[in-house]
Amino acid sequence: MDNNKLDMSINFAGVKFKNPIVMASGTFGFGREYAEYYDLSKLGGICVKGLTAKPRLGNMPPRIAETPMGMLNSVGLQNPGVDAFIADELPFLRQHDTVVIANISGNTVEEYAEMTEKLSDANIDMIEVNVSCPNVKAGGMVFGTSIDGVTTVTKAVVKRATVPVVVKLSPNVTDIASIAKAVESSGADALSLINTLLGMRIDTITRKPILHNNVGGLSGPAIFPVAVRMVWQVASAVKIPILGMGGVSIGNDAIEMMLAGANLIGVGTICFDDPYAPIKIIDEMRKYMTDNSIATLCELSGGVEINS
Amino acid sequence: MPDIYLCEIIENTLLIDNIYSITIRSRELAQEAVAGQFLHIKCGEARLLRRPISICYVEDDKVNLVYETKGEGTMWLSRRAPGQKLDILGPLGNGFCMPDGNLIVVGGGVGTPPMLFAAQSAKKTVTAVLGFREAKRVILTDEFERVCENVYITTDDGSVGIHGTVTKPLEELLKSGKYSAVMTCGQNIMQKAVAGLCEKYNVPLQVSLEERMGCGIGACLVCACAIKNDKNVDVDKTAGITNDGIEMKRACVDGPVFNAHDVVW
Ligand SMILES: Cc1cc2nc3c(=O)[nH]c(=O)nc-3n(C[C@H](O)[C@H](O)[C@H](O)COP(=O)(O)OP(=O)(O)OC[C@H]3O[C@@H](n4cnc5c(N)ncnc54)[C@H](O)[C@@H]3O)c2cc1C
Ligand SMILES: Cc1cc2nc3c(=O)[nH]c(=O)nc-3n(C[C@H](O)[C@H](O)[C@H](O)COP(=O)(O)O)c2cc1C
Ligand code: FES
Repeated sequence: MDNNKLDMSINFAGVKFKNPIVMASGTFGFGREYAEYYDLSKLGGICVKGLTAKPRLGNMPPRIAETPMGMLNSVGLQNPGVDAFIADELPFLRQHDTVVIANISGNTVEEYAEMTEKLSDANIDMIEVNVSCPNVKAGGMVFGTSIDGVTTVTKAVVKRATVPVVVKLSPNVTDIASIAKAVESSGADALSLINTLLGMRIDTITRKPILHNNVGGLSGPAIFPVAVRMVWQVASAVKIPILGMGGVSIGNDAIEMMLAGANLIGVGTICFDDPYAPIKIIDEMRKYMTDNSIATLCELSGGVEINS
Repeated sequence: MPDIYLCEIIENTLLIDNIYSITIRSRELAQEAVAGQFLHIKCGEARLLRRPISICYVEDDKVNLVYETKGEGTMWLSRRAPGQKLDILGPLGNGFCMPDGNLIVVGGGVGTPPMLFAAQSAKKTVTAVLGFREAKRVILTDEFERVCENVYITTDDGSVGIHGTVTKPLEELLKSGKYSAVMTCGQNIMQKAVAGLCEKYNVPLQVSLEERMGCGIGACLVCACAIKNDKNVDVDKTAGITNDGIEMKRACVDGPVFNAHDVVW
């Protein structure tokens, strides 16, 4: 198939992405570091580091522990705050031809709403609502693990937003599909999943947890099959589009996640192994399209043929 | 520009006990690296995270690292043979800032290797103070002798050199008033003691801090170190670190080298 005729573009909640690869929040900073390695315009989109109403210093180190083909993190939303992001970081991101998504976390519903207003006025393409951070005590996952919590936050954000709203779901729940449905009926334009799975590691000599925060969020290849399952469950339950992520590390993983029902693919932790991973993933997806005679990539979403 | 390089291993030998010296060939890394920087090394396909190891010295197109085997990653590294290739991201970090005057480098245990590169890069004379647990843990003294005017060895048990810690000879040197800067790498407790002395004699000290790392390039914020900050920032006090007057800097790009008087010990 002629490479030039391959269409990798995705229309996601009314926003056009040149390809489905979106950098996962918290793994890509505000893009500056990776811009030293390649042109950010090659990426479908970038979700920036989780923003809060005021600057945050995050948790005490150690903030990372390795696990078999994965890692735990307990960064705790260290960020300069939404105002500094808009003033100092957004102009740099806007120099690139890629979709910019702001990821927000609030301590209160009011904080989510305030940040949404500021960002809507600030030339952002989309807002990703993080109700699933396992590393902070107030807010975060507290909102994301109950139907009431996600409903309240989603409604408050949707009401103030003038750009599409994506709600990021926590995998640390018993029935993710029912949470997804609640978010959909509260007016969200799209869903993203999964955030990290809560985990723990202990040093057997010192008997102390490796993370100062004791527990942290598991990410990387280790969580990939869990993410595929959850994306499939959610895709089967809702009509709004899905940004699927969790452990994607090669092009074939991205294709697999699309077949499970994702429309866009988030890439995160694998960049720590190889900063060029997203570029390689895009190339590998293009090759898959050529090899399998697929002209338009978006056709793949939800294409899994489930056994009856 | 830091980048990923596939480098051939020239040599990987046991120095003592569980400490190895590995030399790799890379013209780019050798040309770009400055003292205090580190390489982020992929230690096999089975491990997701790279391992940060400081550069010990650079010679022509060769880069040498000295590492202790701690866990799976460094064990894997110790089993590599000459001719095999290593996947390396680097050179990373900010490195030491070389003073115009005379320099003291202070190394403790497996923190001594990066001080050799610092000694090699100095503009004027260098005195090295190297501390070890015992005689059989002593490494790299011949290499330091070659580039330093004086080398003082200390051991905790007195089995070789001066009996005690690095602070003993360091205090004498600082008293002389002949030195314009001190640089150190080693265990936190040693660095803290060195910082106390440098403060007493009013000599600027640069310390190389160690923190667990993810990306190594400044994007993930897992390698945070507490650094003093007098900007009055109104931070969120609901969770995590809430101290006034500090900011969390990244060991991988803002460090690993910091001015000691900025460090919150
Ligand atoms: C900037 C910097 C420079 C360093 N330079 C040297 C050096 O020149 N020589 C040397 O012997 N060691 C050095 N270290 C420490 C070295 O990185 C660790 O000993 C090594 O990562 C341990 O890996 P492992 O797989 O053997 O241990 P494991 O315990 O199996 O490692 C598990 C995870 O924890 C991390 N980790 C464990 N201990 C440390 C530690 N002390 N520091 C940072 N990460 C750690 C590993 O990177 C890995 O992600 C340096 C560390 C830093 C941050
Ligand atoms: C170091 C680190 C920091 C993260 N910070 C955030 C964050 O600020 N907001 C958020 O919504 N998700 C955050 N995440 C979760 C990722 O965006 C992503 O959902 C998760 O890591 C799974 O994808 P991956 O396996 O490809 O990394 C973070 C993940 C990591 C590893
Ligand atoms: S290791 Fe990622 S910011 Fe330092």
